[in-house]
Amino acid sequence: MAHRLIGQDVARVDALEKVTGAARYIEDLVLPGTLVARVLRSPKAHALIRRLDTRRAREVPGVRAVITGPDFPFHVGIYMVDQTIFALERVRYVGEPVAAVAATTAEAAEQALRLIEVEYEDLPALLDVEEAARPDAPLIHPGIGDYPHAGYIHPRANSNVANHFKVRKGDTAAAMAQAVHVIENRFRVPQVQHVPLETHGVIARQDPAGRITVWSSAQSPFTVRSLLANCFGTKLQDIRVIAPYVGGGFGCKAGINLEPIAVALATRTGGRPVKLIASREEETYAIVVRQGLRAHIKTGLDQSGRILAEEIEYLWDCGAYAGYGVNIVRASGYTLAGAYDIPNLHGDSLGIYTNRPVGSAYRGFGMQEIHWAVEQQMDLCARAAGLDPLQFRLLNGWRAGSTTTTGQVVTAGTGRLDLCLEAVAAEIGWHDPPAQDTRPLLPGRRRAKGIACAVKAPAMPNNAGSGATIRFNEDGTCFLLFSGMEIGQGVGTVLAQIAAETLGIGMDQVKVMGLPDTDYSPYEWQTVASRITWSDGNAVRAAARDCLTQIQTIASQVFDVAPDEIAVDGRLVVDQRNRKALPLERFVHGYARPDGTVIGGIVSSCSTFVPQDIIHLDPETGQSPKPVASWTLGAQAVEVEVDVGTGELTILKVAAAYDAGQVINRGTALGQLYGGVVQGLSAGVLEELVLDGTGRTLNPSLTDYKIATVRDIPQQTVGLFVETPQEDGPFGARGIGEHTMIPTPAAIANAVHEATGVRIRSLPLSTENVFLALRAAGVKE
Amino acid sequence: MHKTITLKVNGSLETVSVPADRRLLAFLREDLQLTGVKRGCGEGECGTCVVLLDGEPVNSCLMLAVEADGREITTVEGLAPSGRLHPLQEAFIRHHGVQCGFCTPGMLLSATALLQRSPHPSDEEILTALEGNLCRCTGYTQILAAIRDVADSRTT
Repeated sequence: MAHRLIGQDVARVDALEKVTGAARYIEDLVLPGTLVARVLRSPKAHALIRRLDTRRAREVPGVRAVITGPDFPFHVGIYMVDQTIFALERVRYVGEPVAAVAATTAEAAEQALRLIEVEYEDLPALLDVEEAARPDAPLIHPGIGDYPHAGYIHPRANSNVANHFKVRKGDTAAAMAQAVHVIENRFRVPQVQHVPLETHGVIARQDPAGRITVWSSAQSPFTVRSLLANCFGTKLQDIRVIAPYVGGGFGCKAGINLEPIAVALATRTGGRPVKLIASREEETYAIVVRQGLRAHIKTGLDQSGRILAEEIEYLWDCGAYAGYGVNIVRASGYTLAGAYDIPNLHGDSLGIYTNRPVGSAYRGFGMQEIHWAVEQQMDLCARAAGLDPLQFRLLNGWRAGSTTTTGQVVTAGTGRLDLCLEAVAAEIGWHDPPAQDTRPLLPGRRRAKGIACAVKAPAMPNNAGSGATIRFNEDGTCFLLFSGMEIGQGVGTVLAQIAAETLGIGMDQVKVMGLPDTDYSPYEWQTVASRITWSDGNAVRAAARDCLTQIQTIASQVFDVAPDEIAVDGRLVVDQRNRKALPLERFVHGYARPDGTVIGGIVSSCSTFVPQDIIHLDPETGQSPKPVASWTLGAQAVEVEVDVGTGELTILKVAAAYDAGQVINRGTALGQLYGGVVQGLSAGVLEELVLDGTGRTLNPSLTDYKIATVRDIPQQTVGLFVETPQEDGPFGARGIGEHTMIPTPAAIANAVHEATGVRIRSLPLSTENVFLALRAAGVKE
Repeated sequence: MHKTITLKVNGSLETVSVPADRRLLAFLREDLQLTGVKRGCGEGECGTCVVLLDGEPVNSCLMLAVEADGREITTVEGLAPSGRLHPLQEAFIRHHGVQCGFCTPGMLLSATALLQRSPHPSDEEILTALEGNLCRCTGYTQILAAIRDVADSRTT
């Protein structure tokens, strides 16, 4: 069926506010009487707090509240409750909150921070994940055995193991023994930072009855509400969370972050609002970062190049707290082998506490990191088997009838990896020699192509739900309410398209009321996991169908035809049998008959979507026939030029293809793709959080921590979409937001290897690292 | 110590007393409520606080308000003075050059200055004009397309 709006390049509904500077973000909000908050953070990676004295800080003029751990010994954590608002007795990373101040001016707050006296007693700092994983390593969380956690998280008592996810599929030892080729490698990914251009911020205020209102740069206002209620021991109805526009999230504004500190202060200021905005330095290491990874993969192939068996260990550097990170450990466990059909798998995904910055969700949720390992390993396997890397992937990649890591059977509706691979191979000219483009190859330069796949599913509780409300106005326009956060992806535009398409009305008849207020907006679990187009989209589609049915029911009585003979066409309601039409506005607030009686009521709907069919993973084998809501598959091929003299890489071209099920908005889908490729490339060639031997971050600014600028992007990026409908997606859509950044670093590394014969196993592929690797291998101009 | 300065902001003359150490960014955001000027790093690295000073882009976090005495400042709020959008604003909407929107004001102002200086810029000139404006969402591609569109459609 042809669509009017679905798949079109519809202009963003939030763009006008954003190009005029009218869009409000957290720091732009000013409430009367607002106090400025500042946080005292630990200078130690691991130490006991021997003395903490705030008396002098309290005497600074303008200071209204000074609080520390013992004032609020409350616990917080989304999947594992392993953290307190402020350090209690022990600090576990440089940057951990120790105390906070609210004052009338920033200067007073900062002076008060300097007057807080803290004495620390150093403990051994575990800054290397492999050291921290040793059985005899000092314990970072001696209480680990008592932490509350989700049932599907498996911490190990008396260890630094925050979560252990096991995969036991088939008979790996026996199958490995049969292998003709056995390929074994280790790969590394450092901690990196999200670098949203807007730092985290929150405003909190307590009313005289004790009710708390929070304004926050949050991806997940309802989850902030529930985690605050857990933390402070209140009812959900006693907390209200309002979210303005968010200036980039990428996962770092998921879950809960600065909110408890601001709320704790706001309970001590006599009702004055407290505003806490993170500095760029705090943003870089003191809130959250992406986890580091050490991967060890051993693959056994048969004579024809089919994968018989694989053994994988993922050692995740969770940092000092793993409340969110434990679920990344789990997600990388059930996605262990990537998008490959492997009958025998033995895997362990282990999340390890260290005294490094706190790891948390980051676009891709562990998938870029494991694909860095898996997709290079597949190239190495292809070479061992004497197969072309594309051919090897087509031979071993998921197709209908394959089984996933968890034993789930892939169907035609899962998505088509083969079509994505073929699309990028055609676009990049996989079988052609490297392009002789307008710039001829200079001496000392080498060009080559690389390819990598991507797969990811939403990582979420099985019952993560979405709500949507549609309310018709008297004039035939409607309000669309939802709580998927606008974090740049264009959620409001896509949901308005789904509503308008379903209802048969125009985009101009749908007023998007996003930017949630938990008191008035429909429920939404979190804006994460590339799940909003799919999950919110389903809720919106249900609400729109409900409203359409109400209109059809009323109109069928007016026109005296069956409801299914009624259609809405913009501002008209049409009787398709008799080809008659009346204005829509006459049907949406009760149809008035000539005699004064009325048919029907105000057309409106509150609808929800909660997935029903996700089945828990077996804790001993990691097997489940349906462990996740859906998978999204894709591939990228790159052409790279290596300057052998300097190690500098030039990314000539990226071809990226994703099976989106059904593209809802071509412009925003391409926006996700271009943005993801560059964020992926940035992690691939530029980014690494660098710590010194004491756990202090050495590059806590954008001067020293570089992200991709306009000069670093590929010379050409081509975005392609395969559309195999998702059976339970709105119009067949599935998510692509995170997937776009997953395979880029591995594809580049594969191209560098093709060009130079040198395999680089540690990210990033910075000029320095490439130069050193080429020199170590004796590659010269 | 305060100093009285007179400057033109988005076409309006302002005479105000400001602390000598007040940064232009804080002056514009907090004193004049021009919150379209964004604070991304406060260290001159991200470009979200870019404004035009006598038509040239500057990082307002690296300037003092008193340095703007006698000068003319344009913020994103001044790009569409009569409510009619600047061609670059229209092009950013048309090409999806906007995602989270936090870099957008600075991007628009850097691009405006470029096209005033060089109505038909080369690709290299566009890259130079934007290299101080970070964007974490778009991958820059649709922003570049928007600027190229405006430049190519200009008749003068």
